[in-house]
Amino acid sequence: MITINVDMDKCQHYGQCVFEAPDVFKLNDDDKLEFVATADDSRRSDIESAVDVCPMQAISVVE
Amino acid sequence: MSKSVVIVGASMGGLRAAEALRNNGFAGRITMIGEEAHLPYNRPPLSKEVLAKEVTHEAVAFKLRAQVEDVTWHLGDPATSVDLEKKVVTTASGKSFEYDGLVIASGLRPRVLDLPNGKISGRHTVRTLDDAIGLRAELVPGAAKVVVAGAGFIGCEVAATARGLGCEVTNVAIDPYPMIRPLGEQLAAELQRRHESHGVKFKLNHGISDLTGTEKISGVVLDNGEVIQADVLVEAISSHCNVEWLASTNLDVSNGVLADSALRAVTTDGKSVEGVYVVGDLARFANPLFDNEPRRIEHWNIPTETGKRVGSVLSAYLADAENFAELVATLFMPLPSFWSDQYDMKIQGFGMPGLADRYELVAGELSDELVMGYFRGEILIGVVGIGMTSEVMKYRKELVS
Repeated sequence: MITINVDMDKCQHYGQCVFEAPDVFKLNDDDKLEFVATADDSRRSDIESAVDVCPMQAISVVE
Repeated sequence: MSKSVVIVGASMGGLRAAEALRNNGFAGRITMIGEEAHLPYNRPPLSKEVLAKEVTHEAVAFKLRAQVEDVTWHLGDPATSVDLEKKVVTTASGKSFEYDGLVIASGLRPRVLDLPNGKISGRHTVRTLDDAIGLRAELVPGAAKVVVAGAGFIGCEVAATARGLGCEVTNVAIDPYPMIRPLGEQLAAELQRRHESHGVKFKLNHGISDLTGTEKISGVVLDNGEVIQADVLVEAISSHCNVEWLASTNLDVSNGVLADSALRAVTTDGKSVEGVYVVGDLARFANPLFDNEPRRIEHWNIPTETGKRVGSVLSAYLADAENFAELVATLFMPLPSFWSDQYDMKIQGFGMPGLADRYELVAGELSDELVMGYFRGEILIGVVGIGMTSEVMKYRKELVS
């Protein structure tokens, strides 16, 4: 399993991660980021893409 | 013998290319050659939140993934030439590096004003971490008088950050409105109004002709003779491409480095060079999402997009993979994206709004949160939002459909 961490002090809710891994990240009705904290290893590539596109570089994958 | 890749430019684009080479199965040696002494870091915060606080490498460094643990870093020693026939890169210190695959990711450097009394202290640019450390030291909260030359995104971000620190800020630009080229007149004029409401003064439609001061800047002289008192001048006017090290090659370096759709470098007579690839701000390539005109795109997601593309194609090339021709033929059409924090504004854009012949407010209010759509003919080619993320994302989907 992969553990996903988002630094909510850095996150500005730009939502670009949502396009890379919509099963992990979403914007709620108030345009605030919500995410699931763990994902299957098979999702690694898309989650790393979400890490890459985050303008605030707020997302990290904890091994 | 296993093959090797040299990546010239140890910043985001080079790093993403190295990761993508590994992700696509390339197991040979990767050497990253960088001018700066620092491991790769994220540049956008240097004009924003990091500049407002403490500028450290730790605050902006990219986490190095396990895939690139075995990469060789050759930092603080820029490439100065390459022999494309012998496949050797030479650095300033005289070291040479042979390669089977070469990635050109040497990026840009800021252009600075050529001024008669220019050799005095107090002049700054904001491209590198060291630039930002030097600038931060002079942004004395509540005291420094700052002139920002250039009203693009970086200039406006620096202006907003310096205002946030309580500095006196004047933005001087030859453009009629800040950020007008990507945003168009209506939104640019509104953003000027918002900057002014935060206390930034603008001197638009003006250039800078000289500085006053002996050892240190005391003022900035505009082209109409007006003098603005200043302790600090931040130059955010435009950039030079770092292509001098390619001067002895036959590559088309007239504006960045021309690349084909596989991002292979292209010669002045229009031939793609096998094994030589271009990544990031330097890459001038056609994007079929818009048209067939090769352009450089200086947006933050392009180093990542081009780095991934190059990692995929180059690893197939080096492995003599059967799918190489297929990968080369695959269309490359990354959606440019950009973002900017200024005061409490979260500005986010997608596509190429600067190519539009028409724009219209598609959601929100001009004086509040909003979404602006940019059109060429009837086709949406760009969207820019201030806030309203979900609305912006709806139009983003339309851009790629």
